[in-house]
Amino acid sequence: MRQQTLTLLSCRSLNASVYELILAGAEEMRAGQFVELSVPGFYLRRPISVADSEEGRLTLLVKEVGEGTKKLCTLQEGARLDVLTSLGRGFDLSARSPLLVGGGIGCAPLYKLAKDFVAAGVRPRAVLGFRNAEEIYYAEEFARYCDVTVATDDGSRGVKGNAVSVAEGIPHDRFYACGPQIMLRAAAQKLGEGEVSLEARMGCGFGACMGCSIVTVNGYARVCKEGPVFDAKEVVW
Amino acid sequence: MVRDLGTSLLGHDLKNPVIPASGTFGFGWEFAEYYDIDILGSMSLKGTTAEARYGNPLPRIAECTAGLINAIGLQNPGVKAVIEEEIPRLSRVYHDKVIANVGGHSVEEYVMTASAFNTCDKVFAVELNISCPNVKGGGMAFGTDPEIAKNLVYEVKKSVTKPLIVKLSPNVTSIADMARAVADGGADAVSLINTLVGMRIDLRTRKPVISVRTGGFSGPAVFPVAVRMVSEVARAVSLPVVGIGGVSSARDVIEMMMAGACAVQVGAANLVDPFACKRIIEELPSVMEELNINSLKEIIGVANA
Repeated sequence: MRQQTLTLLSCRSLNASVYELILAGAEEMRAGQFVELSVPGFYLRRPISVADSEEGRLTLLVKEVGEGTKKLCTLQEGARLDVLTSLGRGFDLSARSPLLVGGGIGCAPLYKLAKDFVAAGVRPRAVLGFRNAEEIYYAEEFARYCDVTVATDDGSRGVKGNAVSVAEGIPHDRFYACGPQIMLRAAAQKLGEGEVSLEARMGCGFGACMGCSIVTVNGYARVCKEGPVFDAKEVVW
Repeated sequence: MVRDLGTSLLGHDLKNPVIPASGTFGFGWEFAEYYDIDILGSMSLKGTTAEARYGNPLPRIAECTAGLINAIGLQNPGVKAVIEEEIPRLSRVYHDKVIANVGGHSVEEYVMTASAFNTCDKVFAVELNISCPNVKGGGMAFGTDPEIAKNLVYEVKKSVTKPLIVKLSPNVTSIADMARAVADGGADAVSLINTLVGMRIDLRTRKPVISVRTGGFSGPAVFPVAVRMVSEVARAVSLPVVGIGGVSSARDVIEMMMAGACAVQVGAANLVDPFACKRIIEELPSVMEELNINSLKEIIGVANA
């Protein structure tokens, strides 16, 4: 963890509720790690996963879910943000035939993961699940680094169905999933060996408060510190 | 000139009055990765119970204006693991003595857990948490009924050899009455305030944000309440008072001490700024200079005259 002051380079809307924020001045982070942003006017920081991190540029894909994230997505270019960087444990890139499975805003941390796999000489496959065509974002960006299948619940784009059921038909030796809890549980049950990135309401984001502890087969674990990435078999669903 | 940040608590000299509050700093050793924690006056360890506890289901955290609600529910590995694993780990990176914080559900559990620290050299005092709002059937009743509180302190004192600090709840009609009761029971010091019981509702789901409905509210928003209560208690009893509640800056530390605190715990601020205690300690000399304070000891309780 480091405390850094980052400058907002750009903030653009990707769909009705998801924004892409690019910040300058960040240290390089691993796929699966997250940052805690201090939002002006709000007490607690906001934990946001790293969508990309390269040459000091940090990309965050933020979904407006409340007043704090709403404020974050309306900040002006040039805004200076107090950010705790390099939080949590990232993904393990040991797969030879990786399958990335994202649901909604959970696709965000898989983007950096896809790039890192490609940099390591492995082209991953990805299933990106959304409720409908309007909620799709970053599908073209993902397509640069992996073979993408888009799935929508209502069939308005791509394959009709949920991301996990689509992923079951795609060969892989290890899966990497991020999305709603119910999707992650299904992935853990149906997709074999793999890792899940969990979400939780956090107090601090760096292990001090126990606000985000979950039960694992190895005892209690903090989503912010021992996670947010866990072996799927480790989590007690 | 050199400003004297030193203070003392229960005969133990502290190099400065800044103590991370229980539950906001884990067992301390993890923070050594971020800065030299030897600068801290002391620390109050994560609330410890007889057996390991997971605590409450998630969500345990809700945001508020200038603060947060938490309902952790005393997650901890149990007193045996704290003494055999956590404290030895802390001792490698923190060289002063610390405060053990003890929670419980029954008189017997409090006695058993608190007395387990009798032979632990690293601990100079035991802080009895009789005011945790987040544990069902325990904690809170001990902290809101003067007779029950007095009896608990009396029973714990019989078997505990370390000085006893009793942490008081603000969720009472008269915190001065509670302080008098625990003083009668044999408390050596009091610390206050614990969190205020609060609640938030998710407007979309129309349900409480916190899984167990309510939790403890803390942060800068409670600071004025804490200052008032510290002052009331300092005027009501002759015991040392440790001030807690929303402290976020060197100025807050000084205000707490003027209200009667001989040392100050920093809680919520650690959660939004992992370097909060370091920053406060570094700010103190220049704020003291600005306010013409040579030694912090000389300002304790000056506002209570």
